This record gives sequence, structure tokens and C-alpha cells, in this order.
Amino acid sequence: MKSLLDQEFTDSNIVITKVDDLLNWARLSSLWQLGFGLACCAIEMMATSASHYDFDRFGVIPRPSPRQADIIIISGTVTLKMATRIKRLFEQMADPKYIISMGSCSNSGGPYWEHGYHVLKGIDRIIPVDVYVPGCPPRPEALLEGLLKLQEKIRKESMVSKTV
Amino acid sequence: MKTREEIFNSLKQEFPRDVLEFQNVPVEPVITVNPLAINKICHFLRDVEGFEFDTLMCLSGIDDANGEKITEADGTVTIKGGVLSVYYHLYSIKLNHKVTLKVSASRENPEVESVESIWKCADWHEREAYDMFGFIFLHHPDLRRILMPYDWEAGYPLRKDYKNPEFYQGIKIPY
Repeated sequence: MKSLLDQEFTDSNIVITKVDDLLNWARLSSLWQLGFGLACCAIEMMATSASHYDFDRFGVIPRPSPRQADIIIISGTVTLKMATRIKRLFEQMADPKYIISMGSCSNSGGPYWEHGYHVLKGIDRIIPVDVYVPGCPPRPEALLEGLLKLQEKIRKESMVSKTV
Repeated sequence: MKTREEIFNSLKQEFPRDVLEFQNVPVEPVITVNPLAINKICHFLRDVEGFEFDTLMCLSGIDDANGEKITEADGTVTIKGGVLSVYYHLYSIKLNHKVTLKVSASRENPEVESVESIWKCADWHEREAYDMFGFIFLHHPDLRRILMPYDWEAGYPLRKDYKNPEFYQGIKIPY
């Protein structure tokens, strides 16, 4: 499906659309991420935000407050001590809110899956994940792809139910 | 600048009962001392002319696992008796010499005197050794966990007979 701005205008002054489409377009075009990084994945995430990969062209900017953030990117190893804090941060975010799990550690515990006595084996054990980005760490392109997947998901949302 | 052997001989003269043994192993000879006198000995090494160890490079814990190994019904191993050890790596920037000290304390009651009052950097090192191995550093100003959560009740993770729990605050831990 074409996004809102790609659709041809029938009249030069009036755009006719559905409320769902308008809201979804607004949401997916300005996903403010919670300014929050954990480990080496966070370095790649910062590279993605920097000028070369330019996360901002998709409307993603860091917002250092969970109250005004739309998306949280879990970028790195989640220790059990951190897991309780992440759960609280996530609960402080206002709906609609989305989660990208970035990298092996956050997806499944990664290299710590067997002997990591202190590591949470996957962030989905405490909060619901929308998109998993594989890699150790994922390249910025992979994170961008993850974001595009999330935008695709938001585009299909409806006010009646969260995901169609 | 002094060799480790010279340092051992001087220490033995000053603390005949508390300095126990000199292991002349290659690269890094180790001086074993009494865990309840380590603060006195370190004070001496820092302040007396000719030694002047102004830096504690590293303080690390080790589980020697030399006690009796008991295999439980579920196949896991528990260790009874034996010792846990703390190693101190000291360096004198002024005189450019080094020494390694070791103390061993019983596994059931691993009490070691704190050197926090001698080198401030020992504060967090000792907290880490407490967190990972369960050493009780006597006269430490703030001995609590530093890496693991404060409410971690499953014991000390780097001990050889450590068993990780199934759950922490309702979160499943094993993969």
C-alpha cells in the first residue's frame, strides 16, 4: 500500500483519507526513541543516529524521557539487574509504544545464553517485542531495516484493534 | 628498588608470626600472609621508607576449591571445607618495584581485614570480591553487593559450587 503522501491528490487543496491512515502516517513518521543504550549494540545505534546513516530522515530522534517516547530500542545485553529497570521504563512510556529488540543478547541472551548467570535470556521475557533485529552487533543498515519493518507494522494498524 | 625475596625477608623480620610463606614461582613470586594481619602488613609496605607501595594495582578473589567435593542427589557438586584466597598486586611508582601478597581464609567463614583505609581504590575491589566470592572484609565502610542486584539471595556466582536459581523476581533465568 502506498503511504499517505505518495498517493495522488485528487484536488490541490483537499486530501481525503481515512482516520486510521492519517493517525498511522503520523505515528510511523515521527517515532521518537527513548534515549537509552546498553552495550556494544548502542554504539551501532549511535552510528545509525549520526549523519552518515541519519536515523532522523525516518523521524527518529532520541528523547530522554519515557513519558514522551514512542519506541524503545533494547540495544545490548540486558542483565537481570537492568531488566527490572527496563520494565519500569517501559511501563512509564505512554501508549502507543513499540519495542525493537536489537542484537543477539537482547533477542535471546546471545553469547551469555548458557553460562550468563546474570543475563536475561531475551527481552521478550519481560516486555512484548515488535521487531527483532539479528546480529552481533547488527550493522546500521540492519537496524534501519528493523525500523522499516516496524513502520510497515504501524501502517497496518487500526483504531479498532492494535494490529490487523 | 627491592626484589621480592628481599621484601619477603624484611616482612618476615617485622611480622614473624603473620608472614607465612614465600612461593618462589616463576614470573610472580607470592608472599602468603595471615588474613587478619593484612592491613598491618600493607600499612607497613605503604609507609616505611624503602618500600613505599603507593599503588594497589589489583585486588582479586579466587576460589581454590580444595575442600571436600560432595556430589548431591541431583548431580550438582557442593564443596565443604578448603579455602578462598585474595591476591593483592602492589606497585611502587616511586621505587618501581612490585610485590604480590596472598591471604587464604576458610570457605565457611572467609574473614579478611580490609585495606580500604590504606588504598581508597580497595573499596570497590573488596565490594566486588564480596559480591562474587562472599569474602567478609572486616572494617570495610560499606560492604554490600556492587555488580549483582542488592536483593540477590542465591549466593556468590564465582564460587565453583555456585548454583544459579530458576527465577529472579518472577523472571525465568535459565535459557
